[in-house]
Amino acid sequence: MIRRLAWSVPTLLFVTFLVYIALRIGTNPVESYKRINPRATPAKIQQYIDVNGLDPNYVRGYFRWLVNFVTLDWPRSIKGSREVWPQLKDALANTLRLGSAAVVVGVSFGLLLGVYAALQPGGRRDISVNTAAFVGISIPPYVSAIILQLVFAVYWSRWFGSTLFPTSGVYPPGQEGFNLGLMAKHMVLPTVVVAIQIIAVYARYMRSSLLDVLSSEYMRTARSKGISERRVLFKHGLRNALIPVVTIAALDVGSIVGGLIITENIFSYPGMGKYFLAAFGEGDFPLLMPWMVIIVTSVLVFNLIADISYAWLDPRIRLD
Amino acid sequence: MAYDRFVSHRAAVASVFVLAILVLFVALSPLTARYGVNESVQAPPNSFLPPRANAWLGTDDIGRDLYSRLIYGVRVSLVIGLFSAIISVTIGCLVGAVAGFRGGRFDDIIMRVTDLFLAFPFLVTLLVMRNMLGAIGWLRPIIGELSSVRFIIVLFAIFGWMGVARIVRGQVLALKEREFIEAARAVGATRWYIVRKHLLPNSVGPIMVALTFSVVSAIIGESTLAFFGYGPQAGAGATSLGILVGQAKGAVNTGFWWLAVFPCLVLVTIALAINFIGDALRDATDPRMQKDS
Repeated sequence: MIRRLAWSVPTLLFVTFLVYIALRIGTNPVESYKRINPRATPAKIQQYIDVNGLDPNYVRGYFRWLVNFVTLDWPRSIKGSREVWPQLKDALANTLRLGSAAVVVGVSFGLLLGVYAALQPGGRRDISVNTAAFVGISIPPYVSAIILQLVFAVYWSRWFGSTLFPTSGVYPPGQEGFNLGLMAKHMVLPTVVVAIQIIAVYARYMRSSLLDVLSSEYMRTARSKGISERRVLFKHGLRNALIPVVTIAALDVGSIVGGLIITENIFSYPGMGKYFLAAFGEGDFPLLMPWMVIIVTSVLVFNLIADISYAWLDPRIRLD
Repeated sequence: MAYDRFVSHRAAVASVFVLAILVLFVALSPLTARYGVNESVQAPPNSFLPPRANAWLGTDDIGRDLYSRLIYGVRVSLVIGLFSAIISVTIGCLVGAVAGFRGGRFDDIIMRVTDLFLAFPFLVTLLVMRNMLGAIGWLRPIIGELSSVRFIIVLFAIFGWMGVARIVRGQVLALKEREFIEAARAVGATRWYIVRKHLLPNSVGPIMVALTFSVVSAIIGESTLAFFGYGPQAGAGATSLGILVGQAKGAVNTGFWWLAVFPCLVLVTIALAINFIGDALRDATDPRMQKDS
């Protein structure tokens, strides 16, 4: 366990190093600086190179960047020369809100549907849940987003005379301050889009996992002991069926973040995804690196959580 | 027997028909398409016409027939899907088989790298890698310009093999301990011979399934990239499904529903059909799956 934790630090450093190289080759940060600030003096450019760790030598440059990053001496963004952290913080908060809403909705519905299907394998419920899940998996998020936008942004108001769910942003333009109701309303459609994918994936996982468990020996033992069917299902069936599902859930962050990026962009939702695509389009290195660090860290953390929860839920597994 | 089980999956059989019709439409594009790629259906005003007799699925912003453009677009997308899937499955099989068979350091490194890449948000990796590969000058003669179809195929091949490698590796690890492999080794077969003659043929089922899923992910991946403006510019005048779906983004708020609905419908139909076929193939070739359909 401790060893695994200790390993994640070098992994983090190594992956951020790879990301650093990829971004430097791919987005050419110095060029994008010159493009956006065409009249920058050589001294200014040199200063930009210094604070961002864009030394021609990649290793030296990376360590320079790393020192600045760790000491929280973050360079300002190229575009607009603004502080990075306030932007990143807002984006992160918005995405966490949207992401957790979608995960809660998606996982709970997905698991319920999975159980519902598995209780009657081969039956009508099973087939319909399975087919629906298949359709859900085959629909890329931007397709469902576009269709929902079309329905709610254009046709709903045309048919019923009022907008039910707004299709862009967190608040209507001009809104000041915090308003829970408005915020929730703006989150409905993006949440649905992200949740569709999650529901479809988890319904399938849960179904096959529960089917595996239900046909196992210890279930028969439990039944033969005379325990009630309900108790057999909850105490032995669901608990064991959840083990693989939890692990997969933790490993799945990457694809959820991917779905969020697409969805946020379509709904103009100011989260991590929109932040990334805007920064990437401009080749804005000072904005991109902290974003990447957050994503890499969360992927690694969730991988760890997957391992730990696996061991915690299944007493047969011991981490070394 | 595998064939019988495949046929018993009704959705998959229907999918085969749907795909066959689509492929026919695309292959016979001189007959089926009513206009050229960049041909407008009538003299201006011709933009954003709703579906009508001379443009069955309506027209786009500069008066081109959406129906004909869908046919051309699907052609490019199918080419991208097929070629990148074939390349990535080939690489994936070789790497996965060798990793599973040899084990040790090679296996460790390959699987670590694969895990890492697969855990990352797909779109982010794709975009970063795309820019990086595009910026490396000496690769350009091999993989083409940043916006060419060839580049996109190479890009998806570079990613696609990892998932396949993982599946094949698992299969090889399971097969490795079986008696007939042991027997082959006992009579002095070389590793390469065993991989070629025993391991790969016995993994045909999972490999076919992986192939179908790679086709889908390449087609959807292309659309995703194109949707955000990073897709292929398929040569002068050509188009792709992704470009057409991307156009839908601008059409939504103005209510030109046909520009959004039809490309999305075609994309989802293709994805769904191939996924169903993959699912049926898995059921048909996996002996454990016999019970539940």
